[in-house]
Amino acid sequence: MGRKKIKKKGVRKNRRSREKIKAKKIDPSSPKSESKKELTISAIDDGTVIDHIPSDATFKVADILRLEKHDGVVSIATNLHSKSVGSKGIVKVGGKSLTQDEVNKIAIVAPDATVNIITNYNVKEKIKVKSPDFIDNVVKCSNPVCITNNEQVNTKFYVVKKDPLKIRCHYCERNMGKEDIQII
Amino acid sequence: MDFKNRDIISINDFSKEELLHILKVVKQIENKPKNNLLKGKLLATLFFEPSTRTRLSFISAMEQLGGEVLGFADSESTSRQKGESLWDTIRMTEQYADAIIIRHPLEGSGRLAAEAASIPVINGGDGSNQHPTQTILDMYTILKTKGKLENLHVGFVGDLKYGRTVHSLVMALSHFSPTFYFIAPDALQIPESYLDELFQKKIEYNKTSDLTRFSRELDILYVTRIQKERFPDPLEYEKFKDVYTINKSFLQNVKKDLKIMHPLPRVSEIDKSVDATQHAAYFEQAAFGIPVRKALLALVLGKVK
Ligand SMILES: [Zn+2]
Repeated sequence: MGRKKIKKKGVRKNRRSREKIKAKKIDPSSPKSESKKELTISAIDDGTVIDHIPSDATFKVADILRLEKHDGVVSIATNLHSKSVGSKGIVKVGGKSLTQDEVNKIAIVAPDATVNIITNYNVKEKIKVKSPDFIDNVVKCSNPVCITNNEQVNTKFYVVKKDPLKIRCHYCERNMGKEDIQII
Repeated sequence: MDFKNRDIISINDFSKEELLHILKVVKQIENKPKNNLLKGKLLATLFFEPSTRTRLSFISAMEQLGGEVLGFADSESTSRQKGESLWDTIRMTEQYADAIIIRHPLEGSGRLAAEAASIPVINGGDGSNQHPTQTILDMYTILKTKGKLENLHVGFVGDLKYGRTVHSLVMALSHFSPTFYFIAPDALQIPESYLDELFQKKIEYNKTSDLTRFSRELDILYVTRIQKERFPDPLEYEKFKDVYTINKSFLQNVKKDLKIMHPLPRVSEIDKSVDATQHAAYFEQAAFGIPVRKALLALVLGKVK
């Protein structure tokens, strides 16, 4: 008994084409890379800069923001040298201010990321990411016999532990760690 | 407490107070079954995989209370073959019935069915995830044979990695300050995620591969079958199969009032010679399936509070 709570939606198609995204890779061994990185991916006048993403999560952030569908300027850089996170990525999105909801989703894969809202080449606002308690239709369940991988149904996860991240599927009740997380 | 229209999907959905209330209703129904309690009510049994015992026990519970049953026994004859989604099957079924019992090989199917239906749904097993009516009957067995649920020393032996009856019972008993003993070969030990939760709840547990190490401590020993196909190496299976057999010599070093439980069917993990001892509780346990399912049906159909 619970239908009233739920709206059913079709599963989104998983398009992974990144042709529109210009990615440049920087030699992480370069000592100057931290200061030079701003030059290698162009500054934006209005939009959002997401910094301090762990390198292995850079493209997941792009997936979360559905950047393959964004028609403004998008720059993605990854494997950059960083004193604080070791190896990091940066995502710049022109003409887009992130909602708190999008920021929370980023926290799922990049809990230490900083989000800067840029207006006229200046940082207008810094948003701290905060892990959500509930993840709605962003993550795919890693359990192949979960109903969500076999029927058209939105996935739902509860955040059981924030650090290290542990989430539980609302349907099959399996726990997943950060390493199992795949964005839909 | 009002359970009318509630779904019974996962043991984790229920608080300690709710579990105790359900067990109280089971006792009432066991002592004084009201034969016409569910007269005029219709239960749909949707079994997408065979489970004769669970299905017959629900049919029997429903019919003994004067209700009626419709449904199918396995997926052969169902619309699933025609590619109908579970969601749609449930939406169809709810037109004909007052409650649904579903068994399905996919995990989380019970939860999805409950979301699709506007009538109460009872999960009769979703893959290796949950089988809450089994857990409630396990708890009832402990309550009946020990007279209490609090502060018991409970051992689990066998396949603790994949055994969903074990996982659910561990979670359910966590409300009652138990001490746990997990007895299994390393390859089949209880998953870390359960131990994490016990640690957070400050519940004492012991892990061992030695069946006899804690045998004198136990009030309850819950035995499960070790399936050959779970072992990567068949020789390992042969070794453990015999090591974890409960027999009369094991019973020489246990508490006088130790009760041995098993969700049945057993193969060789409990020797037949144990059946006649005061320790055997597994046939009693199986018999509690009927009052437990009667109570749950009466509760969700709003005929008992
Ligand atoms: Zn799942």
